[in-house]
Amino acid sequence: MLTLADSSVGSVIQAGGKKIVLAGNPNVGKSVIFNALTGLYEDVSNYSGTTLDMACGRYGDDVIIDTPGVYGLSALNKEEEIARDIILSADVLVNVVNAVHLGQNLFFTLQLIDMGLPVVVVLNMMDEAEREGLKIDVSLLGKLLGVPIVTSVAVHDTGIDELKKMIYHARPGNISPLLLERIEGTGLATGRDEALLVLEGDPEICRRCGVKPGTEREDIYRSRREQADQIAECVIKETKVSESFASRLGRWMILPITGFPLLALALWAIYELVGVFLAQNIVDFTENFMKGYYEPAIQGLVGGLFSSGSVINSLLVGHYGLLTLAITYMFGLLLPLVLGIFFVLSILEDTGYLPRIAALVDRALVGIGLNGQAIIPLILGFGCVTMALITTRLLGSERERRIAIIILALAVPCSAQMAIVVAVLAGLGISYMMLYILIMFSFAVCAGALFNRLLPGMSSPLMIELPPLRVPVLRNVFSKTWKRTLEFVKEAFPLFAAGTLFLGILEVTGLLQGLRNFLTPITVSWLHLPADMADVFIMGTIRKEFGAAAILSLHMHALQTFVAVATLSLTVPCIASAIIIFKERGWREGLAIWVAVFALAFLVGGILTRMLEAFGPLGILQMPASSAVVMLCAAIFVALTKIPIKKPGAITTIPK
Amino acid sequence: MMKLDQARRGQLIKITDIPNELTRIQAIRFGIPEGAVVTCREVVPAGPVIVAKNKQEIAIGRGLARTIKVEPC
Repeated sequence: MLTLADSSVGSVIQAGGKKIVLAGNPNVGKSVIFNALTGLYEDVSNYSGTTLDMACGRYGDDVIIDTPGVYGLSALNKEEEIARDIILSADVLVNVVNAVHLGQNLFFTLQLIDMGLPVVVVLNMMDEAEREGLKIDVSLLGKLLGVPIVTSVAVHDTGIDELKKMIYHARPGNISPLLLERIEGTGLATGRDEALLVLEGDPEICRRCGVKPGTEREDIYRSRREQADQIAECVIKETKVSESFASRLGRWMILPITGFPLLALALWAIYELVGVFLAQNIVDFTENFMKGYYEPAIQGLVGGLFSSGSVINSLLVGHYGLLTLAITYMFGLLLPLVLGIFFVLSILEDTGYLPRIAALVDRALVGIGLNGQAIIPLILGFGCVTMALITTRLLGSERERRIAIIILALAVPCSAQMAIVVAVLAGLGISYMMLYILIMFSFAVCAGALFNRLLPGMSSPLMIELPPLRVPVLRNVFSKTWKRTLEFVKEAFPLFAAGTLFLGILEVTGLLQGLRNFLTPITVSWLHLPADMADVFIMGTIRKEFGAAAILSLHMHALQTFVAVATLSLTVPCIASAIIIFKERGWREGLAIWVAVFALAFLVGGILTRMLEAFGPLGILQMPASSAVVMLCAAIFVALTKIPIKKPGAITTIPK
Repeated sequence: MMKLDQARRGQLIKITDIPNELTRIQAIRFGIPEGAVVTCREVVPAGPVIVAKNKQEIAIGRGLARTIKVEPC
């Protein structure tokens, strides 16, 4: 049987080499152990169709594969399916366990042991367990499980040498005779691993084996849970310790009265790092370097081969040149921002703060069809919408991903765009700024409420583990940041290049000029803006801040400038994010979102124009009156989406 | 019948019924199956309920908590 893991990893394994697979719950330090074992020979690979960091690296003649952190193999989400397929193809399993949460983690350990695979257990974070007052009888644990146990503090490299020795002593552990009987009762010719998953009703494995899914999952899970709790009780001696500062801080983070100020503080720090330091200072430098040194050099080089003005020259180094625009944006503009965002994200992840933010804002997001987890892509959107669109993959259901993508496409401005918008609106006065923020916020809430109403089904409820708060180890943060940035470049650059080439072709064929003419009725008659505003919208489709910056060069009065900025902000952020929307949602849905967002942006722009013009005679009250109307409209809209409608077919059935 | 969202901070409670199957499966894996005794660590105002067992904290959305039956112990 060919699995995901076989096809992608096969090339790395030498003849006779073994597949050593790391498996464990989330937040147990698997990736740290992976890095310690593979050292320099790591090779990050991304499994197509997933963003799950799947790393594999060489270990002598063998290969080590990391898997996403899961609580068990139950095919509850995409991550568990991928972990399952890799684990099924493993020769040796290294099960990493958080010593502090031994009892909970043992469920997965026992499932792996029940599958009959050779296992070595790494009892990681022994230092934390000690601080928490836990004493674990390791040799008794080994006896009860029937597999070798290694203790470690992976972040300090403790226990890694011992693990290296023990990897090849991995062996199948003790299985309860009752469960073994049940597995043998299936009469399946497959290994014990697949037979167990069939019993537990894994739909995909059952399909592969051509049998009906078993119905004993809950029964098996219950007894496995009992067994795990019993083992934990036997091997753990607990002494009382006083509540640590981290645990108190963790509580403050989820209580609204302290949680929101702490969140504001964290967001301010992130904004200072990504929005100010990177987006302005560093990007200024890198962009100037690309535009001042790289572009003239490449233009000279290409100009020597293809005369300036030729089609190939335009496509390569012209206004929308593959070698100029695409490269400059990728490395001069996006790369520093993406590095910064991944750095912040890695820190947030490693500290354990993200799940707490999710818990803090959960209730607010339920009203717009999301659960607390969705705050993660929404926060990331203020850094870069393109990146945020990709991280919607962590959401529990397709329904939630749709809602989050629409909100991101419509109402979340990225840091680069924000900077330009602030610059433009600052010239108009604080009241325009407030109205702008109000409009954007109202749109996010209304879009969420509307789609929550329209889309069928229910969004998944919040049920997440709150990992202990930790001080992140910088070495790990950097390595994670670097790996993810590399993955992003690999994934985004081809899309970026293709989009640029498409625009270049539009330009050299004269279609771009046609598009400008085509947009004139919208810009002039509907939005009451000058005709050359069409250029701004076309520019804005490619990079939002380009369009916004171009607004500054047009001569318009304050009201027109405001309408131009607001309308532009409501359109899809940039070509990269549009491409990601297409990639994530498919062509049909992607196109629907794209067209709908543009239509809505222009519609709202026109209405705004008329409202502001109508309130013009009010003078100083123009802005407050407009704000009040926006708030009222949003409130009415949200209220309308909450009205229950009885469907004709859904009359209550009378119980017999 | 008491539901999880009615629990008070610091209260020791026993989970008696989790109606949703997937939640039940996840709860078993998290170590808080039906029958488990957990501490209510926090009831976030207008937010999730945080339960704890063996130094492990789990946040459960308010809507979901409303469906989970518990009894004080």
